[in-house]
Amino acid sequence: MRNLRHNPSLIAGAALVAILAAAALLGPSLIAKDPLAIDLGRVLASPTRGHPLGCDALGRDVLSRVLWGARLSLGISTLVVAVSLIVGSTVGGAAALAGGRADELLMRGVDILLAFPGILLAIALAAILGPGLIDLVIALGAIGWTGYARLVRGEVLSLREREYVQAARALGARPSRLLIRHLIPALAGPVAVQATFGVGGIIVAEAALSFLGLGVRPPTPTWGNMIDEGRVFLLVAPHLTTAPGLAIGISVLGFNFLGDGLAQLLGVR
Amino acid sequence: MIAYPLRRIAALLPVALGVATLTFALIHLVPGDPVIAMLGESAAPADIEGLRHQLGLDRPLGAQYLSFLAGIARGDLGQSIATGVPVAALIRERFPATLELAGAGLIVAIAIAFPLGVIAGANPGGAADMGAMGFAILGISIPHLYLGPLLMIVFSLDLGWLPLTGRGGWPHLVLPAITLGTAMAAVLARMLRQSLIQVRGADYMRTALSKGLSPTRALLGHGLRNALTPVVTLLGLQAGALLTGSIITEMLFSWPGLGRLMITAISARDYPLVEGCVLTFALTYVLVNMLTDLLYGLIDPRIRFA
Repeated sequence: MRNLRHNPSLIAGAALVAILAAAALLGPSLIAKDPLAIDLGRVLASPTRGHPLGCDALGRDVLSRVLWGARLSLGISTLVVAVSLIVGSTVGGAAALAGGRADELLMRGVDILLAFPGILLAIALAAILGPGLIDLVIALGAIGWTGYARLVRGEVLSLREREYVQAARALGARPSRLLIRHLIPALAGPVAVQATFGVGGIIVAEAALSFLGLGVRPPTPTWGNMIDEGRVFLLVAPHLTTAPGLAIGISVLGFNFLGDGLAQLLGVR
Repeated sequence: MIAYPLRRIAALLPVALGVATLTFALIHLVPGDPVIAMLGESAAPADIEGLRHQLGLDRPLGAQYLSFLAGIARGDLGQSIATGVPVAALIRERFPATLELAGAGLIVAIAIAFPLGVIAGANPGGAADMGAMGFAILGISIPHLYLGPLLMIVFSLDLGWLPLTGRGGWPHLVLPAITLGTAMAAVLARMLRQSLIQVRGADYMRTALSKGLSPTRALLGHGLRNALTPVVTLLGLQAGALLTGSIITEMLFSWPGLGRLMITAISARDYPLVEGCVLTFALTYVLVNMLTDLLYGLIDPRIRFA
């Protein structure tokens, strides 16, 4: 606990992420109204008591849409990070443990994927795969998993040479025991830090895809497609872009702080 | 002196081949039939066959791949389905706008990052450091998607200082360049600060100080150049962010560049054009990374001879 006082990033990050999680989990049922309910009497209405963030071009309540968008954006991002973490760690770990040709082949593949600027790959995949939610998760997952593969491979290669791992092996520990008792606990820290930063990155990428019309399609609200719909009305109703824009910014800020804080807490470089 | 650049350029070829292969695989191997996507489910079978033949999709995959590679070597990327114009011509027309935007974004990034990083790194823990790093955290967190509209509201709509969208003289360039460059500025400033703080403890810095140089002169004259190496590496890694950030920025500001061309091609299901744009983006990224490596060798001679 003493460490916490010297780790303001962790506190700020945890608080922001907790607020976001609460908004995403509870907001839609506690506060939000129907995010798709059209009210043509309130088109582009400014914020009022009944609609604290105003209404959009179809008179839909912006606060409700931001809260539903939070559920979707955070949900998708968490899922994408979980999938890419599992795939990446498995590939990276397998490459390191197998060594030789298999390692060479897997890592060349990863290198070529990394030679692609991340979101370009997601844009191309999303364009070809089509609109489904699973397609979106695959497209976004394609960005992240290579990072985990490299990280885990590098860590496993270096851990294998550590004395305590060598000692366990000399004592006759089976590979599965080495993995569960020694490798996974040592890997958890760096991977957790990278995954935390990863959620922020994927939130932005998801917003970008939805903004470009390649992610979640209207009328389902996400922060990205809300900005796209709102920017036509920049002059008359700036709150339409400001609300989802701030939501994205606060999320990225929260996960960046949390990542910094975790790195400091766990002593990850 | 020459060997290092030559080695780097030779290493470029397999990566470029890999990138071209991946681009081809993306368009040709991912499930979903582009021809049906273009013509619609209810298209007549004869039309589907016709377009498939016109695009060469009825040939074996290996043959398609080889002619794709041969085409790249000749600078021929096929024809846009929507307009019938050669893809290469469309890309040549739009690419300069993207380079202009990315270059301006890079200048903004360096112009902000350099003073911020040096001020913060010269006095870590001080008020200036806190301010600079606070700005950096905001800069990293604010997405292009929101910074663009925000700048438009303030500087175009409220103040009326700068044009809202489109490409023209330098006034048109200012807001897109700031939108694109801010995040990179923040990342670079943090890196430069970190790197300067590390350099301060080096032996040659102690030597410089003990021979009577003022801390500022020692830091700028001796520390800065050494502190730049990791910053330049990061610059190369961030080039991808600059290129892809330009896609969003171009859409926000109706900037007639490659990103906007690609997104319009995607909505029109103009696959040859999509393929050409993706390939151009990816190859540019690879090329920029190689240039970064060369620059790296220029700053730190140890790398050239390693």
